[in-house]
Amino acid sequence: MIEFSNYDILRNLLFATQWTILLSLAAFIGGTTVALTLTAMRLTRNPVMQRIVKIYVELFQGTPLLMQMFLCFFGLSMLGYEISAWGAAILSLTFFTSAFLVEIWRGCIDTLPKGQWEASRCLGLSFLQTLRHIILPQAIRVATAPTVGFSVQVIKGTALASVIGFVELTKVGTMLNNATFEPFKIFTLVALIYFMLCYPLSLYSKHLEKKFNVSR
Amino acid sequence: MSLVNLHQVHKYYGDNHVLKGIDLDIKAGEVVSIIGKSGSGKSTLLRCINGLEQYQEGGITVDGKEVTTEDIQVRRLALSVGMIFQNFNLFPHMTVGENVMLAPTIVLKKSKAEAETTARAMLEKVGLAEKFDSFPEKLSGGQQQRVAIARALAMSPKVLLCDEITSALDPELVGEVLKVLEQLAKEGITLVLVTHEMNFARDVGSRVVFMHQGKVWEQGDPKTILSNPQTDELKQFMGAVL
Ligand SMILES: Nc1ncnc2c1ncn2[C@@H]1O[C@H](COP(=O)(O)OP(=O)(O)OP(=O)(O)O)[C@@H](O)[C@H]1O
Ligand SMILES: [Mg+2]
Repeated sequence: MIEFSNYDILRNLLFATQWTILLSLAAFIGGTTVALTLTAMRLTRNPVMQRIVKIYVELFQGTPLLMQMFLCFFGLSMLGYEISAWGAAILSLTFFTSAFLVEIWRGCIDTLPKGQWEASRCLGLSFLQTLRHIILPQAIRVATAPTVGFSVQVIKGTALASVIGFVELTKVGTMLNNATFEPFKIFTLVALIYFMLCYPLSLYSKHLEKKFNVSR
Repeated sequence: MSLVNLHQVHKYYGDNHVLKGIDLDIKAGEVVSIIGKSGSGKSTLLRCINGLEQYQEGGITVDGKEVTTEDIQVRRLALSVGMIFQNFNLFPHMTVGENVMLAPTIVLKKSKAEAETTARAMLEKVGLAEKFDSFPEKLSGGQQQRVAIARALAMSPKVLLCDEITSALDPELVGEVLKVLEQLAKEGITLVLVTHEMNFARDVGSRVVFMHQGKVWEQGDPKTILSNPQTDELKQFMGAVL
């Protein structure tokens, strides 16, 4: 059996943290992109589009992220699509992130007075022009704080990717534990690293919220 | 030729029959004041004229072109119809100048310089030239409403619709907005305004339209109609206002 010094443990965990960060970023970018598209679809007054978004949101909010990951990973391979653990993790986290972001953003857009849409329409701006020049700039200011806040959920969600074999922080923690049998030390360290990733984001989100409330 | 024409316009909100066959003909240069009780359909009428609300029967034309709520039609309509709202509806994330320049640059595709020249001229007209770089939230209600007027004027509309545009203002700020309207009327712009300002309707307006239960109940020359109402409903309404 290989001996692990504290230094080795920490070095391995920190190395794995890179993958956690990378997966979080990929999921967040993917989720934001999909959520933007879904938001635009919802804002058109087309009932079919709105229905699609509604079903999407209900589907991915109403089922556990872990099941979505299993389905992406095992389900897709059974259908004949080879997908890596990394691909399946990004895919399912993108679904998860976008389904929540689209709801968060809907709330933000709905707080804008109807008069903003009407005034813009009366000035002759098209739907997309109104979105781009009037609605989005205001909605983004409102949405930044809750969006940053939600990114914490994405980071924590990446831990589930360990179950389908993606080697990130939690997975490496489990592997180290199997090798060293020092669960208390190792999982404390793992938790601490997650905390150091998440806490600054929580703080930043609260700061943004305060800043926004003052400037209103 | 009439600038705005409504012919037997009916409008329903679900089962609620809000406009019950409106006939109205407005010529260029007229200043038409629409008065009436709350719920009589005044706002709905204005919102049908500028395509914000759909009507179910009858016809509306502005400058000879039919009004619908189709996006593309509304945008063409916006070139001839300006709207001022009770709550100003300025864009809070833009400066006063940007508010006024927005539609001319995006919709009329004017150059920035050209749009700025127009914007400064319109703000000058409403007495707010020095507020070009301020944000709306720094202005009083009366000033915000004057910016909204400048913003509409920058599109050089043929007719300006105003829905109770002084109702949200503190009493001491009403005068400055009415003064701007009076100036515009003198310059010959066509105004259609829903208002409770009877003095303005009498002194500046060229016609008063009294609406009751979704119909044009009585209309005519302001001085005549306000001092000598023909229907009991208008008498009652005047009694309530005065
Ligand atoms: N968006 C809407 N949906 C359903 N009903 C509406 C809507 N807007 C107005 N109504 C109804 O239409 C009728 C006329 O409303 P409208 O706002 O045109 O009246 P108004 O004369 O402008 O009244 P006020 O003086 O209070 O502004 C009212 O019965 C109102 O409840
Ligand atoms: Mg009204």
